[in-house]
Amino acid sequence: MTTLACDVAIVGAGPAGLSAAVHAADAGLNVALVDAGTQPGGQYWRHPDESHPVPDEGEGHHGWREFTDLRSRLYAHETTGTLTYLRGTQVWLIEPARPAGVVLRLAPATDPAPAAGTVTARHVILCPGGYDRQLPIPGWDLPGVMAAGGVQALLKGNRTAAGRVAVVAGTGPFLLPVATGLAHAGVKVAAICEANSPTGWLRNAGGAVRAPAKALEGVEYATALARHRIPYKIRTAVTAIHGTDRVESVTLSRVDAHGTAIAGTQRTVACDVVALGWGFTPQLELVLAAGAETTVDVDGSLIAVVDDRLASTAPGVTVAGEATGVGGAPMAVLEGELAALCVSEALGVAAAPGGPASEGRIRALQRDRARLHRFAVAMHRANPVPANWQDWLTPETLVCRCEEVTHGALCDAHTELGAADARTLKSFGRPGMGWCQGRVCGFAVSEIAARFANRPTSADDLRSMAKRSLAAPVTLGQLAALDFDDVHEG
Amino acid sequence: MPELSLTFDGAPLSARPGQTVGAALTDAGVVAWRTTRNAGRPRGLFCGIGVCFDCLIMVDGVANQRACLTPARGGMELRSGRETEAPE
Amino acid sequence: MSLPPTADVVVIGAGATGAACAYFAALAGLRVAVVERGAIAGGTSSACEGNILVSDKEAGPELALAQYSQHLWRTDLAEFGPLWEFESKGGLVVSARPGTQENLAALAERQRAAGIDVELVDGPDLLRLEPLLFPAMAGGAFYPQDAQVQPMLVVAHLLRLARGLGATVHPDTQVTGFVRSGDAVTGVQTTRGIIAAPRVVNAAGTWGGAVAALARVTVPVLPRRGFVMVTEPLPVTVHHKVYAAEYVDNVASSDAGLQTSPVVEGTDSGTILIGSSRERVGFDKTFSPRVLAEMAGKAIALFPFLSDVLALRSYFGFRPYCPDHLPVIGPDPRAPGLWHACGHEGAGIGLAAGTGALIAASLTGAQPALDLSPFVPERFEEPLHA
Repeated sequence: MTTLACDVAIVGAGPAGLSAAVHAADAGLNVALVDAGTQPGGQYWRHPDESHPVPDEGEGHHGWREFTDLRSRLYAHETTGTLTYLRGTQVWLIEPARPAGVVLRLAPATDPAPAAGTVTARHVILCPGGYDRQLPIPGWDLPGVMAAGGVQALLKGNRTAAGRVAVVAGTGPFLLPVATGLAHAGVKVAAICEANSPTGWLRNAGGAVRAPAKALEGVEYATALARHRIPYKIRTAVTAIHGTDRVESVTLSRVDAHGTAIAGTQRTVACDVVALGWGFTPQLELVLAAGAETTVDVDGSLIAVVDDRLASTAPGVTVAGEATGVGGAPMAVLEGELAALCVSEALGVAAAPGGPASEGRIRALQRDRARLHRFAVAMHRANPVPANWQDWLTPETLVCRCEEVTHGALCDAHTELGAADARTLKSFGRPGMGWCQGRVCGFAVSEIAARFANRPTSADDLRSMAKRSLAAPVTLGQLAALDFDDVHEG
Repeated sequence: MPELSLTFDGAPLSARPGQTVGAALTDAGVVAWRTTRNAGRPRGLFCGIGVCFDCLIMVDGVANQRACLTPARGGMELRSGRETEAPE
Repeated sequence: MSLPPTADVVVIGAGATGAACAYFAALAGLRVAVVERGAIAGGTSSACEGNILVSDKEAGPELALAQYSQHLWRTDLAEFGPLWEFESKGGLVVSARPGTQENLAALAERQRAAGIDVELVDGPDLLRLEPLLFPAMAGGAFYPQDAQVQPMLVVAHLLRLARGLGATVHPDTQVTGFVRSGDAVTGVQTTRGIIAAPRVVNAAGTWGGAVAALARVTVPVLPRRGFVMVTEPLPVTVHHKVYAAEYVDNVASSDAGLQTSPVVEGTDSGTILIGSSRERVGFDKTFSPRVLAEMAGKAIALFPFLSDVLALRSYFGFRPYCPDHLPVIGPDPRAPGLWHACGHEGAGIGLAAGTGALIAASLTGAQPALDLSPFVPERFEEPLHA
């Protein structure tokens, strides 16, 4: 049982959280870092189990030296005791402490032992990251169909290839490392299907927006695609997935700029893996549970409202990384540092001897963040979720995988029962009520509700699918064992 | 590196140290180890990072563990099944 | 849909009570318009357990209403039962101590005299009914009539059926005032326009007091917060609605402090619902882990296997209660043309059927099946000559 009081608690040890933790500890703050994973890096820098070292640990990674630098600083701070690193630990509840500060209630991520714990912090930096955004496609529930990030996690964390012949589909630049990673592992990549037009990104990465590193990555991927002879198909979508007990093939369709499949362009491609991703969904449950305001970003994701010092509207709660807007790892690392500096200043330790001369650094980070933000916006505009994706659905297509709710059932909930928003759809049809609590189908259900009502998807739709009273499952035994005297005053 | 020996529904399954249960099953060509509650459809890894809970598996008698997060250990007994198993 | 300029009756509130009022009124031939400030089933009806209980009620007017509702759920509404997952699962009230069992037996005797099916159960028989129950209980009482529904689907389908009978339903339409002719209510003003109607039903649940205030009458409906927890889906492991006998005391209590008593039941979807809590904290929406901790501990005391079961989510709702714990049902003589159907506390889903039928009878001038005098809205007025 952990009972901990600290200056700042950081949730998430991905690029943003790792950076925030290291910089906060550098600044002299007493830090608690809470992460569901067993080692730092998050999804972006996922790597093989460090307790079984491999020679090529950073294979397939970008910014690996930046990661290893942050990691060694993290471990150094852990050794000196400035920082407590709670691995394999999920936050299931965030609540205000009295008279100030924040309380985090903890549960183990995988180990079912009834050990809960509590961290009380003067300030919290939420760095929950995100996961692949999904659109339901007929047959997407067949085994062998995976989130692109899941395929990537198998490769990067386990050195496991998800199959032999893959189709990588959706939209956005993340499809490229997944495809090249698979090819490098010996998987035949039958196609990358990019629903949008590459002029938006690959050919224009160094153009209107200055982002040299990204442009370089683009060239790198283009070379890799050529070397592995991976067909890169633009304005093409996987519009159906076929198989009996596992995926056997997909239907590829050419689509117009709105995602409508063009008649006569369909063809079938055999494969045993389909990797799907339509951008990313930030994990917003802790942001919402903290009572912070949220809004809809340019990519359609629900994100935290933050000021230029990354403070949310909830007292004592700062947010960094994808939850402030999907922007990629470099921006997340930057935001982690910015958050740490601003919080340390707010807590009055920035002037400590040896501390960073932070105000100048903060301004520099804010300028860089603005530049990276412009790049992210351009990328989102180039890779939108196709407006007409719902045309691909059949009445039998599962929308909610957990509760096995079909699109037809949702149509009935609208036409028969009058559901015209995501919350009511959920009430009448149960999408989002199962194991994942809407994490996978939340975006799709919101879009489906909005289309029923013939209006744009609203923040309320997204919020009703993203709000989770328990941010992670917790056993009743853990709940019953909660100790309310262990909360230190923040 | 020595391989770990596990079982899946009684049959031998090997894993590399540091792999997850889900990765070990994938390497063995197993893509599904659970059936859904209503339609009885097969499920395995989907999100691969602990978000979707599609990959639930029984590990050493404990139901509903996420295969994508659970590290493989020598001697582990994995069992496929319906969505959940009755408590004893 | 645009508002109709006129209706025979306007129902304010699209929760279970409003939906039942709309359905039975439409069935009686009235042209009904339902106005709802938010979404259909967006209030307490979507934040409860869907109970249709007789077991938790002392003999008296509320039990009579519950029995009448039972009759309607099982006869007039029986054909729709599958649509809203009506399940006659039966309720099992258990006593941990012999003294509690004596009190429970006395309650059961009074209920039996009022016509309720109830049988006392000893320890070994408890385990036959619920094999996973903590084995050392003193005894219990089994109520075969206790049932459960999916409350949001009750609302949705009753409104669908009402629409089939000519009713119109208007979400996102908030009542801002009443149209009056002298004292008489002759319609409603809403954020989307006016509907003229000679009869208006206040079925606004927890917000019924605020609606009444718009008509310048007092109906003291207050919120009482209740939490529910939902577990991971399991095979059916709890067969009945199982609760501790102390729940019976809490239901009728006016104590402002937190009260929790364990209520455990399985659902069609495989999840187990765990209640219950009662707090008078106004409309406080702060999540309370303290409440969940108490509920979890007490649920585990009933069913030890729950200790290792995951809670996936939790929600709370505001139960509308009146100081005497009886609902307000019937015409308001202080504002002719206004009927009330609110204040059903934690029993609103179950009592909705009876309430709807009684209101429809009253609206059409027919003889209601029950004496409405215990439920009259003016009963809270200070007597003029005290």
